[in-house]
Parts: sequence; C-alpha cells; structure tokens
Amino acid sequence: MAKLNMVKALNQALFQEMERDADVLVLGEDVGVDGGVFRVTDDLQRKFGSQRVIDSPLAEAAIIGTAVGMALYGLKPVCEIQFSGFAFQCFHQIENHCARYRMRSQGRFHVPMVIRMPYGGGVRALEHHSESEEQFYAHVPGLKMVIPSGPRNARALLAAAIRDPDPVIFFEAKSLYHAAKEEVPDESEILPIGRAQVAREGNALTLIAYGAMLRVALEAADVLRDEDGVAVEVIDLLTVSPLDRETLVTSVKKTGRAVIVHEAPKSFGPGAEIATSIMDGAFLSLEAPIRRVTAYDVPFVGFAREKANVPDVPRVVSAARETLAF
Amino acid sequence: MPRIALEPRFQVEHLSILDSEGNLDTALEPQLADTELRSLYRAMLLGRRLDERMVRLQRQGRIGTFAPTKGQEAAQIGSIFTLRPTDWMVPSFRETAAMIWRGWPIEKLLLFFAGHLEGGQPAPDQHDLPIAIPVSTQLPHAVGLAYAAQYRGDDAVVMAYFGDGATSEGDFHEAMNFAGVWHVPVIFVCQNNQWAISVPLKKQTHSRTIAQKALAYGLPGIQVDGNDVLAVYAASREAVERARAGDGPTLIECVTYRLGVHTTADDPTKYRTAEEVAMWERKDPLTRFRGYLEKRNLLEEGLEQKVDDEIAEAIRRFEATPPADPLVMFDHAYAELPADVRAQRDAMAASEPARPARPDANDSPPPGATPMRGQRLTRR
Repeated sequence: MAKLNMVKALNQALFQEMERDADVLVLGEDVGVDGGVFRVTDDLQRKFGSQRVIDSPLAEAAIIGTAVGMALYGLKPVCEIQFSGFAFQCFHQIENHCARYRMRSQGRFHVPMVIRMPYGGGVRALEHHSESEEQFYAHVPGLKMVIPSGPRNARALLAAAIRDPDPVIFFEAKSLYHAAKEEVPDESEILPIGRAQVAREGNALTLIAYGAMLRVALEAADVLRDEDGVAVEVIDLLTVSPLDRETLVTSVKKTGRAVIVHEAPKSFGPGAEIATSIMDGAFLSLEAPIRRVTAYDVPFVGFAREKANVPDVPRVVSAARETLAF
Repeated sequence: MPRIALEPRFQVEHLSILDSEGNLDTALEPQLADTELRSLYRAMLLGRRLDERMVRLQRQGRIGTFAPTKGQEAAQIGSIFTLRPTDWMVPSFRETAAMIWRGWPIEKLLLFFAGHLEGGQPAPDQHDLPIAIPVSTQLPHAVGLAYAAQYRGDDAVVMAYFGDGATSEGDFHEAMNFAGVWHVPVIFVCQNNQWAISVPLKKQTHSRTIAQKALAYGLPGIQVDGNDVLAVYAASREAVERARAGDGPTLIECVTYRLGVHTTADDPTKYRTAEEVAMWERKDPLTRFRGYLEKRNLLEEGLEQKVDDEIAEAIRRFEATPPADPLVMFDHAYAELPADVRAQRDAMAASEPARPARPDANDSPPPGATPMRGQRLTRR
C-alpha cells in the first residue's frame, strides 16, 4: 500500500502492464527520456528500453497510425497524445481506422490499443491545452471512452484499458494529476470498463459526473447536505462510452431527480445522451426535468475566464436546488 | 563564415528495362525462370480481363462503384511478385490485380464491391490488410506493421500501395518520416498514374519526381517505368532485399497511367484528351510484356480463355452467395457487444424478419448510388 497521486498511479499501471506483457509498448512525443510532459511515463524508458518506450517524431496522425499497424500485428501500443486539444490532427486515424478495423476486416483484425490524453481545464493553460472533447470519441461506434476520477481508479482503469481487446480513449484530467493522493494497493487491480460507481449514496437527487467534475459534484453534495439537509447520490461515470445506463436508471428510479455535470460544452454533449437514457429507463420516476451543468456553448474562452465557464460548486448547487424545488 | 553549398550526394534514378518499342536492356534484365515469367503475365492478364469484366458488372448494377486498375498491372504485379506470403501487403483501393496475386478469391473481391464487408475479410493466415479508402491513411499502418515485425524479430517486410495524389496528404509525409527515423522494413510503392481524379500530376506537386520526396526523409527513392514489369520487379526486389537485410525503407515511384476511369462513376473526358489516352495505350504494359514472352516462346496458348473461364466461375460463385443477414452488422463492432448495442441488436432481431438484399435485388437502390470520394454522381 502506498499513497500515490494520479501521475504516479498511472505510471505504476504502465509499469505493471509492461512487466506483465512484452507486447505492451508506449509511444508518443517526449514519453521516453523526458518521461512525458506530465511525467506519466517517467522512468519507463530506462526500465524497458527505447524500442518499447518510443520517443516518436512530432506527428499525431503517425503516432496513432503506426500504433494501428502495431496493434494489427498483435502488439498493444499505449499512445500518448500530449494534450487532447491536439488530437484533431489524428482524429481521422482514430475514427477512420482504430474504431473500424474489427468491422472492416470482419473480425480478422482488431486494434487493442490505448490512446491516453490529458484533458480539461483548471491548470491556467493556453488554448488547445484546456478543453474537454470526450463527446467526439463517445459518439464513435467501435471506441470506448474512459475518464478516471482519482489515483486508484485511474490505475485500475488504465490496466483494464491496456488489456481490453478494443481501442480505448483514455482521458486524464490535468487538474487531477497532482490534486490528491490516495492509498493504492501494491498489486495491480482491474476495474471493468463500462461500469459506473456510486461515489456517495443518497435519496433526494442523483448527481452524475466524471473526471475532474466528480470532485465538484461531491463538494456540491456536501453543501446540499449541510445547508439543505438533503442526501444527494453521486455517480462517478468512469466510462463515458459504453454508458452504464443500468446504474444511472437504478439511481434515478430511487431519487426521481438528476443533474448532470460535465466540462465539455452543453449541446450534443454526453449530458444529452445521459439524460435521454434516464428518460428511457426511469421516465415514470422523474419528479423534475433533468438538468445539465456544463461549459457554455462557446469556443475556448482563455484561462482568465475559465472559472466562469467550467462548472463549479455554486452552479451545481443552484441547479440541484432548482431541480429539488421543481 | 562563408555561405557554402552542402553537397548531399543525392540522386534519383529512373529505371527502364523493356521499353514500349520492345527494346530490352539485357544487362539489366532480371533473371527470372520461365515459370515466373509466365505467372507474371498470367497475373497481369487476369487483372486486365477481370477489370474489364467488373466494369460491365458495375454497369449492369451487379456490383457497386469500384476503382479500375486498367493500365497499372505491371506496377502492381511486378512489385507484389517480390513478396513472400508471410510479408505484408497494405493496399489502397485500386490494387485488385495485386490482391488476387496475394490470394484474395475473385468472388470475395466482387462481394466487397457489392457492398458486403465479408468480401474485405482477409483469410486467417493472410498477411494483407483490407482495402483502405481515405487517401494515404494506410501508410502509417504499414510503418507500424514493419515496426512490429522488427520488434518481434520476424523477417517480414511490408509493401504499401498508394497513388500520386496521396503524396500531397500529410499521412504520406508522416509515414515516410517515421519509416526513415525508425529504419523499418517497409517499401512504399507509389503508382503514379498521372491523375488524381481530375487533377494532373503537375497540379499535385512541383517536384520533378515523386521518388525524390524520399530523399528529404533520408531514404532511397527510385523512379521506374511503371508499365515495364521487368523494371518494377527489379526495383522492388532490390528494395525488398534491402528491407529484409535490415537496411530500411524505400520509395518506388512507378510511372504509369490510369487507362480507365477513376471509379466507375467518373467521366475522364471532362478533364483529359483522347490523344493523351491513346499515347499511353501505346505504352500498355500487357502488350509490351506479351511481345517479350513471344520472342522467348513462352506464351501459353488459350490463356485468355482459361483466365476468362476462371473469372466466369468466380462470378457464378459470387452470385450464389446467400443474401446478407442484417444482424451480422452487430458481430464485429466490438469484441463483446456493450449492453445497449446488444439491446439494439435484439430489437432489430425481434422487430422485423430479416430483409436481406441480394446485390442484384430489384428493390434495393443501385449499388453505384453511393459515391466514393470525389465521385461524380452523373454517369455516362
């Protein structure tokens, strides 16, 4: 048992999976000697060599494209895209190929690869270094989209993603990298992809969040407990796609109310799919319209205005109160 | 601190062994066995006859849109001939002749062009990627395969196909760059057929050759007469041997010509002259190689008929394929279907009896109705 922050926990997942399976290799910009700009791949090259931990040339499309070729051959590449805002330069490789080779080849090939990307705001960074783009990947059939919320589940989900036979997009909230330490057992753990967790039980309202927004949701639940005396249930999605509809529906059948929190812009975002899934499965239990607390539908606003754009505790509390009072 | 000229010892060669007049450079002539020469010609002829047959099948609505290979048989067969079955072929979408050489059954390719993904499924032991349509995006896959082969210590090499238009795409340059830096066993075979749909080579690149683009990435590039199967073979064999020996990647530019349409929904009269086509018809790769074989008394009597019979038999098998079961669409989306997708499948299974559409069914839209990239919707 050791107390690890998310960077160390992710590093440990990579280390453990590479020890376990010689087919796992890491490639990306600055992942080798430098250990990645966030140090998630620190020391891996020293341990596993430059053939397995590859400092690639600076080209996102070829990082993903060559990894597709490696995966088709039977290797299990873990790619790092330095910031999720740069992934549009490889989006065609992800959408056209990662997601489709199993279907295109009718099962002759599959693409067991992981694409790690730091995402989200909260670190006072420039444009393309602060956005949340999970909706693009969640919408693509053939992909899985995973976003952990803390060190322990990050390690277990990354291990699961590496062992998954299908391509997994793995978002890491930059604001969580060093936010907190958590006790993590020494032995590797696996959390199933596609399963949400109830982070806190309650009966008055369901708050649904993932990644960096989980902390916001939990703090909002604290406020609602302390100031309003209501017990809010908080669900940590962990996997955006495939969506764990069962856990969402079960919760809302109990609470009758739901508020969804995400950092991505509102329209056509994950919140819309989550809300529809709840309506499909728990319509007769709903006591109020489902609310979404998200970033606004505007392009990048600059970090001087980021706090006004990204959901925070007061906005979530306010939406929850309106929902409770409906 | 003078301003000095760096003198990179770069050169780009053009290789031609058998020209369109039948002149042969005996010093460069590859030493191929009679059986090998015969099988080269047979594969080229099969590619040509099938291509012409497929155009008719498309016009009859029995298959959908496809990209004919006519004119590019030497570029395809001369290069693919140098691979072992354990090597990898990474096709674009105009490599029908080469794919048949690699063992794709004709009926399977017809099935693919009739809209059935089953036709794009490589056999379990086949080291071929399926057809890739987005231009040049398959090239990084070839580099990744080659990296993986090297990583595993296998002696496989990878041959990737693309056209002149693809050399304007970023993925081409990124793939060449990664291949150079990683020094992996990959051979980039560019079929420079002069036209990317309606855009001629001179509007595609200001480079004198495509081969020279390799030099910027630190790899050898060679231009060959792509209608001369002996030259394509010789350059490819050299590149394959170099790759297998651990001496890295090569770019081969095969200068050839698309004698037919870009796809079956294209009308080349809109952008190029009949004189130009006639000029290239005189350089037809089959005519030239046929003359070479004739002189060596290697032409097999009745070969055309044998090839046509093989094609006819394959078409019969293709048309006897059972109709597509819609539920199969859920079989290969994921290793294990997520719950919600499984529910979608179950709903389909429960809600309607399977309504399979045969490729030639009257109630289905004509297969050619779905355009490929850049395809004109009008037909001649």
